[in-house]
Amino acid sequence: MKMSLRTAVLGAAAAALMASSAFAGSDAKLSGDLKIFLDTSNPAPRATMEAMIGRFQEKHPDLNIETTVIDREEYKTQIRNFLTANPPDVATWYAANRMRPYVDAGLFEDVSDLWQDAEIAENLASTKGAMTIDGKQWGVPYTYYQWGVYYRKDIYEELGLEEPENWEEFKANCQAILDSGRKCFTIGTKFLWTAGGWFDYLNMRTNGFDFHMDLAAGEVSWEDERVRKTFENWKELIDMGAYIDNHQTYSWQEALPFMVNGDAAAYLMGNFAVAPLRDAGLTDDQLDFYQFPEINPDVEMAEDAPTDTFHIPANAANKDAARAFLKFVVSADEQTEINNGKNLGQLPVNAKSSVDDDKFLNEGFEMLSSNSPGGVAQFWDRDASAEMAKVSMEGFQEFMVKPDNLDRILAKLERARQRIYK
Amino acid sequence: MTDVSPAVPHYPAGAAPRGWFHRNQQSLAPWLFLAPGALFFLFYVIFPIFQSFNISLYEWDGLSPAEYVGLSNYRDLYWEFVDRDAFYVSLKNNIIWLVLYLLAIPAGLFIALFLNQTVTGIRIYKSLFFFPFVISQVVVGLVFTWFYDPTFGILNTILDWFGLGPINVLGNERYVTYGIIAAGLWPQTAYCMILYLTGLNAVDPEQIEAGRLDGAKGLRMLWFIIIPQLKPATFIAFVVTIIGALRSFDLISIMTQGGPFGSSRVLAFYMFEVALSEYGFRMGYGAAIAVVLFLIMLCFIAYFLWSMYRDEKRA
Repeated sequence: MKMSLRTAVLGAAAAALMASSAFAGSDAKLSGDLKIFLDTSNPAPRATMEAMIGRFQEKHPDLNIETTVIDREEYKTQIRNFLTANPPDVATWYAANRMRPYVDAGLFEDVSDLWQDAEIAENLASTKGAMTIDGKQWGVPYTYYQWGVYYRKDIYEELGLEEPENWEEFKANCQAILDSGRKCFTIGTKFLWTAGGWFDYLNMRTNGFDFHMDLAAGEVSWEDERVRKTFENWKELIDMGAYIDNHQTYSWQEALPFMVNGDAAAYLMGNFAVAPLRDAGLTDDQLDFYQFPEINPDVEMAEDAPTDTFHIPANAANKDAARAFLKFVVSADEQTEINNGKNLGQLPVNAKSSVDDDKFLNEGFEMLSSNSPGGVAQFWDRDASAEMAKVSMEGFQEFMVKPDNLDRILAKLERARQRIYK
Repeated sequence: MTDVSPAVPHYPAGAAPRGWFHRNQQSLAPWLFLAPGALFFLFYVIFPIFQSFNISLYEWDGLSPAEYVGLSNYRDLYWEFVDRDAFYVSLKNNIIWLVLYLLAIPAGLFIALFLNQTVTGIRIYKSLFFFPFVISQVVVGLVFTWFYDPTFGILNTILDWFGLGPINVLGNERYVTYGIIAAGLWPQTAYCMILYLTGLNAVDPEQIEAGRLDGAKGLRMLWFIIIPQLKPATFIAFVVTIIGALRSFDLISIMTQGGPFGSSRVLAFYMFEVALSEYGFRMGYGAAIAVVLFLIMLCFIAYFLWSMYRDEKRA
């Protein structure tokens, strides 16, 4: 019966369809248990994942799939326990340095063999770097999203402003907005990471992607002149009063109303901010997106695009089924489906997938595929080691409130770097 | 006792001497009854203390094998102290907490004296005053966060009436700790109040009568007659307040996450951050902080035990 299904599917034409179901066909003999742990605990992503697992189950009726959804924040601490004690066969996590502790501890399975596969090697090339540690790949991505400046188009139009192309225009726009009695940017730094986004962009635009990555890897001193230059650029904005007051008391969600009410004109954020902004009543005529402009013309543009991933724990019981599942997740059709506007509303990782017809997703996809030659970063707290990320983001927050403390902050970060990356 | 009981012998006369257990039953029984509790205490309290001491000598991320580093975690703490870094800030805040949190005791006493009267509906007032202790610390934290909110909070609205500038209590590194302590004092005062209310019930009316005959009134009556009789309540209030101050964790976690830029951390929160939070997992370092916190607590524990021992002896 399985054979007949396979032949039937292979018989059916559609080239794209063939590519993805050919995987399913070749692994059709899967059986046993498949335990999947997910951190997609919010209602929409959860439904998306469950539907996707349902489709995988249909292809492999003999497989007994057991899905556990864990709260996204809880998951970050629980993963340490379940990877060692009671590992599932598949688990979600994050790319880049965030997976390093588990790779180093030998808790993630090396899945380089999957990446040898032409289907994956060609279509997922853009995220390969983020999945690679020590020359091997340790999982597959399933979604990612762009970062950039989301702004109130109506305010820009009212003031006769254009999307800025460079740093001078960026600051001139900001001055015009300030003169109109508004703030340029809303931000909530209570949970620190939002300040990391600003640092990512300012540093990548000032010193380039490679320098940024070296800094994240602890190879450059924080008291280096180039780092100082980044902070000088940042200070220009802070001294202008570009950011909303008291941002250190707000979470990123609590900072949204400033933009919705028109007290602030823009927000440097990930694409996930679009949904709450739309829910709060902003229409697509009022809301638009631009890429963070160039600061230093000598460095190539690089972007933040955090990637969420699937991994196979090293101690998993059913690795064959787990590998088949990973292949299934990254297949072009599944990628198109789970990342569309009704589901995750993010960008598919497979180059053969189509991006949903949403202006922000299209702009983001365009930006990441053609206008980010420098490279794609994951985000400060995923690229730097966890400890360094924590200490430095605290420093960024302090700098945003008290820019005059810069020397003290950099000295503190440098001491932390020497301790953490010894 | 054993001399009395042979009236009803368990064994026929001339049988072998009674078993060891039977001979020592009297002295064994209390230990047997204590055993379950003592075992749990040993396993869940005493043993982890020593385990913490041990872990604090290692560098361990909870995943890879632990590496013995001697006292280097303590050396790092020392340098953090010298550099006025996170550890220094936490320690300083802990001391501020310890001192200011004790305000809950006089405040609780004052409210208890105020409520210790018979008027219609006093029960309702008493329960209203006790209310903050019943609600969760998380709720207290949230309520005060909104209260302090720099743009919409009622505190700044009120200050505005008097033409005073807005202050961002939780966003200012100088005020933040005091702001959180004020939030913590609200339920803690209620707790002390309850302790004193029960204490006041036990105050001997004859002594008050006698004091009155001798011409004691007002503050003198309070200081020389009432407060000495409230000593047991004061002792318990002191103990719970000190413990509450040292483990002030939930309010900080809810209200500021230790921020802005780490200026409202206390040792308990710093320990959590270093060892267990999203960016943490320096188990050894966390354990070293735990040891420091334990040593601070030990001073108080020693004092508590000593004063209890002294009271027992006197009684």
